[in-house]
Amino acid sequence: MIRLEAVHYSSEGFTADFDFEIAKAEFVAVIGPSGSGKSTLLSLIAGFEASRSGRILLDGKDMTQASPSERPVTMVFQDHNTFAHLDLWTNVALGISPSLKLTAAERQSVDDALARTGLGALARRKPGEVSGGERQRVAIARALLRDEPILLLDEPFAALGPALRREMLDLVKELQKEKDYTVVLVSHHPDDALYAATRTAFLSNGRILAFEPTRQLFKRSDLPELESYIG
Amino acid sequence: MPVASLALLAIVIAVLVGLAPVAAIGIGQGLVTGHIIDAYVLRILWFTLLQAGLSTVLSVALAIPVALALARVDFPGRGLLLRIFALPLALPAIVVILGIVAVYGRTGWLSQLLGHPLNIYGLSGILLAHVFFNLPLATRIILQQLDGISAESWRLAAQLDFTSTARFRLIEWPQIKGSLAGIASLIFLICAASFAVVLTLGGGPSATTLEVGIYQALRFDYDPARATVLALVQLVLCGLFVLLAGHYANAVQSWPALRRAAPRYETHSAGLSLIMRLIIALAAAFVGIPILAIVISGVLAEFNWPALAYATLTSLVIALPASLLSIALAWPIAAASARTRNPSWRSLLNLAALLTLIVPPAVLATGWFIAASRAGLAFSAAPFLVIAMNALMALPFALGTLSSSVQQAMAQHDRLCLSLGISGWRRLRLIDLPVLRRPLGLAMAMAFVLSLGDLTAITLFGSQSLMTLPALIYAQMGSYRIDAAAGTALVLAIFSMAVITLLDKWSAAA
Repeated sequence: MIRLEAVHYSSEGFTADFDFEIAKAEFVAVIGPSGSGKSTLLSLIAGFEASRSGRILLDGKDMTQASPSERPVTMVFQDHNTFAHLDLWTNVALGISPSLKLTAAERQSVDDALARTGLGALARRKPGEVSGGERQRVAIARALLRDEPILLLDEPFAALGPALRREMLDLVKELQKEKDYTVVLVSHHPDDALYAATRTAFLSNGRILAFEPTRQLFKRSDLPELESYIG
Repeated sequence: MPVASLALLAIVIAVLVGLAPVAAIGIGQGLVTGHIIDAYVLRILWFTLLQAGLSTVLSVALAIPVALALARVDFPGRGLLLRIFALPLALPAIVVILGIVAVYGRTGWLSQLLGHPLNIYGLSGILLAHVFFNLPLATRIILQQLDGISAESWRLAAQLDFTSTARFRLIEWPQIKGSLAGIASLIFLICAASFAVVLTLGGGPSATTLEVGIYQALRFDYDPARATVLALVQLVLCGLFVLLAGHYANAVQSWPALRRAAPRYETHSAGLSLIMRLIIALAAAFVGIPILAIVISGVLAEFNWPALAYATLTSLVIALPASLLSIALAWPIAAASARTRNPSWRSLLNLAALLTLIVPPAVLATGWFIAASRAGLAFSAAPFLVIAMNALMALPFALGTLSSSVQQAMAQHDRLCLSLGISGWRRLRLIDLPVLRRPLGLAMAMAFVLSLGDLTAITLFGSQSLMTLPALIYAQMGSYRIDAAAGTALVLAIFSMAVITLLDKWSAAA
């Protein structure tokens, strides 16, 4: 569950205001033009940006002042989700402990997470030796291992082709159903929202102009901002 | 292309004129006498390697904690401190040395504080000065590497709750590790070829390097054969390290971002925070106090105005044509290298620029000196030799500043200019000069300031009638008129900083 209550954010002339709730186990997409505040929204939830006022509740608890590591959140970034000098196995294992001192059971769970995301055979490869899609799978495997109830995806598949993007979304959807994760996906592609999200928020200039079931949103013709965004 | 060929030809001839007599005498003598490498040469080589090696290890080892602390701690004045860190290499070496002497010298601040005179002449003084020059340099390069860490890495670290140790082990160390060999090679090269520091702080024959040994062989012993042997050894040594460090040479002149790049979402324990602030304070004091000493002892100094005015004029007359010549060589080379599709021609052009790093100034000067003496021009050609030498010494830095901008400008305008038929002088005036005004101004300022602070060429070719500001400082130091030297140093420092500031302002105004 994610609830933002009268959250006000401002930095270097850009302001954003959010007030909404996302239910547990919901798959939500966020779309909108560049600079509309999509990444800011995720950063506020993950704790990378601080709001000026308002409250942020995650899974029922007030997390407005909590540090990123205290929040029940895993965020997957568009890029740089891996450390280039560590192999995929180690990159995933960091999700358990940065000291990398793992018990036998924990090692097994790393193996399982890699197998689950289709990376089992690549465990000893370095990120530079695998494809872009496989690198993003590392982040998803790590999220699986951390098993936090909230999963934030900041355009993680933007650099992938349509077929691969679909494949990755399938993987996320599968995990979400199985684990009841609350997922927020920021995307530039309306297709992604239509394919995966039950509800979609349309952002423009730091405000949510519409937040409703995805198909309904894309049928709307009364929002000039949405029309000029989709084109 | 033809202009670039001319520039290239000029450089190659200049280097050949320098190298040919050196090689001829060195090989000839070596073959005849059979002992190129005698005990004296070996001792100088050993000392060169020793001081450069120790200076490198000290500078890099101390720079790592300083850079880490600066990357981790944000405090008011951080930008100012980074600017101060750029000063040791931006100010003329002789000025900085005077500041070090004012603090650590026999009658310096520290001696007075401790109540007994310190001796900084010899290895310890050379190391102190080299660390003073290179600690800030290494810190800035490492800090640049740390700034290059992606914002996502820090977010990931925050999300995964990395400890300070984990941040170092998993993020910071892997990022800086790769650059350390290059940084060390660069600093080793700078220290091995260091002239002003060893000349002023070296303690006689026991603490002499190849570069200074060449100068002594030429100017005091008039022993071209010995100078030649030393020059050849130096050539091999520097050539080796340029191959290792050439890539990093431009870092000498580049500035790290003054603001912290990405938020790092970290909290430090009180103990760690205190240690890091202490490290920063110590580094700030180490770099800041001698620079403060330049200003204070300069203000309190006595000024010998006629000598100062004459030396300032001489410096100007040397540095202005030297910087113009440097740009005249660098620009066509940068343009040709950006335009050419022929990879071997491009690497030839790039090599030409590095040539003056491979061939140390003292080696070139040796050859030119011998060639000029043979032609009976040793005296009358001296100013021109100093100008040419300074232009060549500044070339790698001028080219480093210009090349990326020229390349970018080419990519943007070349096709348009071709299709509109804009070429030659018209293109230069209408397109290239306005577009490249800023990098050109910067490159020119750099060449000008390097020439202004040059001590190598001027001590080799200079005389009573050809005395620039650095030469005057050196002469005043030599005759123990430290007060007068401090005054001259302040004038030179203000002059240098004024030129940098003015040209920077002018080129930014475009």
